[in-house]
Amino acid sequence: MAKMNMLQAINNALDIAMAKDDSVVCFGEDVGHFGGVFRATSKLQEKYGKARCFNTPLTEQGIAGFANGMAAQGMKPVAEIQFADYIFPAFDQIVNETAKFRYRSGNEFNVGGLVFRSPYGGGIAGGHYHSQSPEAYFAHTPGLKVVIPRDPYQAKGLLLASIASPDPVIFFEPKKLYRASTGEVPEDYYEIELGKADVVQQGKDVTVLAWGAQMEIVDKAVAMAQEQGVSCEVIDLRSILPWDADTVAASVKKTGRLVINHEAPLTGGFAGEIAATIQQMCFLHLESPIERVCGLDTPYPLALEKEYVADHLKTYEAIMRSVNF
Amino acid sequence: MTNPNNATITTVHNAAFTAGDALKIPTLRILKDDGNLYDGADKPTLDQETALKMYDTMVFTRVLDERMLAAQRQGRISFYMQCLGEEATTVGSAAALDEQDMIMAQYREQGALRYRGFSLEQFMNQLFSNEKDLGKGRQMPVHYGSKDIYYMTISSPLGTQIPQASGYAYAQKLRGLNKTTICYFGEGAASEGDFHAGLNMAAVHKAPVLFFCRNNGYAISTPANEQFVGDGIACRAVGYGMKALRVDGADILAVYQATKMAREFALEHNEPVLIEAMAYRLGAHSSSDDPSGYRSKEEEELWRKTDPISRFRLWLVKQGWLDEEADKAKIEKLRGEILDALKVAEKVAKPGIEHLISDVYQQPIPALQQQLDELKQHIRKYPDAYPVTSGRMD
Repeated sequence: MAKMNMLQAINNALDIAMAKDDSVVCFGEDVGHFGGVFRATSKLQEKYGKARCFNTPLTEQGIAGFANGMAAQGMKPVAEIQFADYIFPAFDQIVNETAKFRYRSGNEFNVGGLVFRSPYGGGIAGGHYHSQSPEAYFAHTPGLKVVIPRDPYQAKGLLLASIASPDPVIFFEPKKLYRASTGEVPEDYYEIELGKADVVQQGKDVTVLAWGAQMEIVDKAVAMAQEQGVSCEVIDLRSILPWDADTVAASVKKTGRLVINHEAPLTGGFAGEIAATIQQMCFLHLESPIERVCGLDTPYPLALEKEYVADHLKTYEAIMRSVNF
Repeated sequence: MTNPNNATITTVHNAAFTAGDALKIPTLRILKDDGNLYDGADKPTLDQETALKMYDTMVFTRVLDERMLAAQRQGRISFYMQCLGEEATTVGSAAALDEQDMIMAQYREQGALRYRGFSLEQFMNQLFSNEKDLGKGRQMPVHYGSKDIYYMTISSPLGTQIPQASGYAYAQKLRGLNKTTICYFGEGAASEGDFHAGLNMAAVHKAPVLFFCRNNGYAISTPANEQFVGDGIACRAVGYGMKALRVDGADILAVYQATKMAREFALEHNEPVLIEAMAYRLGAHSSSDDPSGYRSKEEEELWRKTDPISRFRLWLVKQGWLDEEADKAKIEKLRGEILDALKVAEKVAKPGIEHLISDVYQQPIPALQQQLDELKQHIRKYPDAYPVTSGRMD
């Protein structure tokens, strides 16, 4: 085990993947010599050469299309989109190409080795072009897998599983936690299974569900609720697509209540999908309406970020509303 | 002869490649480093008043950049972007325009913005995202914009303004305004798909737009030689069937001359023109960037010598238009004014909570109004957690 922050864990995962398999290639804007604007690919060019870790021209649609082509040939491209806010020029390549490669060809071709890595989320005074959480757009696209880690250990295991996955994966990294989140990480190769939620804390009164950087916020809210004698079961969804409805439903059947928290705006956010499925699976077990604590239905603000975000106080209030319903 | 391919057919009978070296793109230089003009160079057509305004604008951005980068380091603002070394590109081009020509910039064009008359207070209000900011404190620092002075509000995603500029200029043409749109972007942004889309649309639909590329050598850490292989950006214009000019971006007289010529041509012929200004991004990409990770101090020092401001200053002195002592005193005074304005702006309140939901739509939709009402209730319950807004709610 070694103490790592999330960036180091991601860098370590990429290093191990590149050492293990020559077909793993990392590229994106400023990814080469510089090691990426957040340094997630630091030293990889030095170690594996310019052919396997390189800067691309400044074109996200180019990066995504190039990655599709490489993956179709059988390689395992790990392409970085510098900020999730800048993934949209690549939307066509990802939604219409990456996601449908296998399906449209009747499995003649696929881009299974492909991973898009991209830092997402707020909390860094980034305003609306450096703070967005676009997971729901991609969750609406059959054929993609969408994964979001909450800490260094999760980041490494989930990223290695994403690279090994036979299906293309979008791997959103909570940039607020890049350096802030540290923890013990095994130095060797390990995978964390995609599509499985993680029950982080057992409880009996209410299930509180989130992913990525919001897990820290949920922990704070849960601690507040606990002081009021409320026992919370905390779940990190980890995989947004496919998502682990069984684990969530089992928990809600036990607690009878569900609070979902995400950074992205409320309307059309992934919490809506979870709520719809869980009310169907757990209808007779529910003691109160499923609560959603999300961003407002506005672009991500700058000066009023604190007011906008789905913070621990709003989450605490939702937990208490749920148990006192 | 016309053909369905809309291309020249010159028949040969032996296979041969055509390569880029068939095209030679000259670089316009008028002003030497020592402040003299090149022999036989186009004579500058600008008067003393314009020349001094151009100089003052460059000096303003230099001093502002210095002060605000320091303010970022002190934690007073969250982010900053300098235009160090590139002042002549945006000031020289803005000076060659009509003041109702539209400006669509990338994010390093504070020179053009200041030339248009954006006030020191307006700069500061945006940088501190306070309630007097025209953008209502919504965007990161340096994302300026002002309808009054025909300066489109900056968007962070790269290259998006390029096809928009084509459309804006096309609309100017349809309305018979006899105005143009200048579209600034870097050589990095020219790799975005929007660049291709925007140039082709402008050429096909004959939009009088000036595409102004600041080729400053770097896109964050990525040097131009890892960005593209062709001969700069100007060669691409020819591929789209539009005229191109390449200028020394540190030579403000050349930039001015080229932009004037491009503007006249664009409006007379209803055609786009591309100008490529060869420059060097002497500062970091932004306050979040540290160039020591990807380029040497020696390289930077070499380019520091081509300083566009001192070159122009020498010329102004030779013209008898500038007194160096008086200029120094003026710069000192400007430093004081900038610091004073900073101190005022940082004390101005943040935008009120109603601006969390305003402008998403022209009128807030009911769901959004409800979200705001709930948020206000929540803030009233926890006023200490939201100090920016809790004391100011109706």
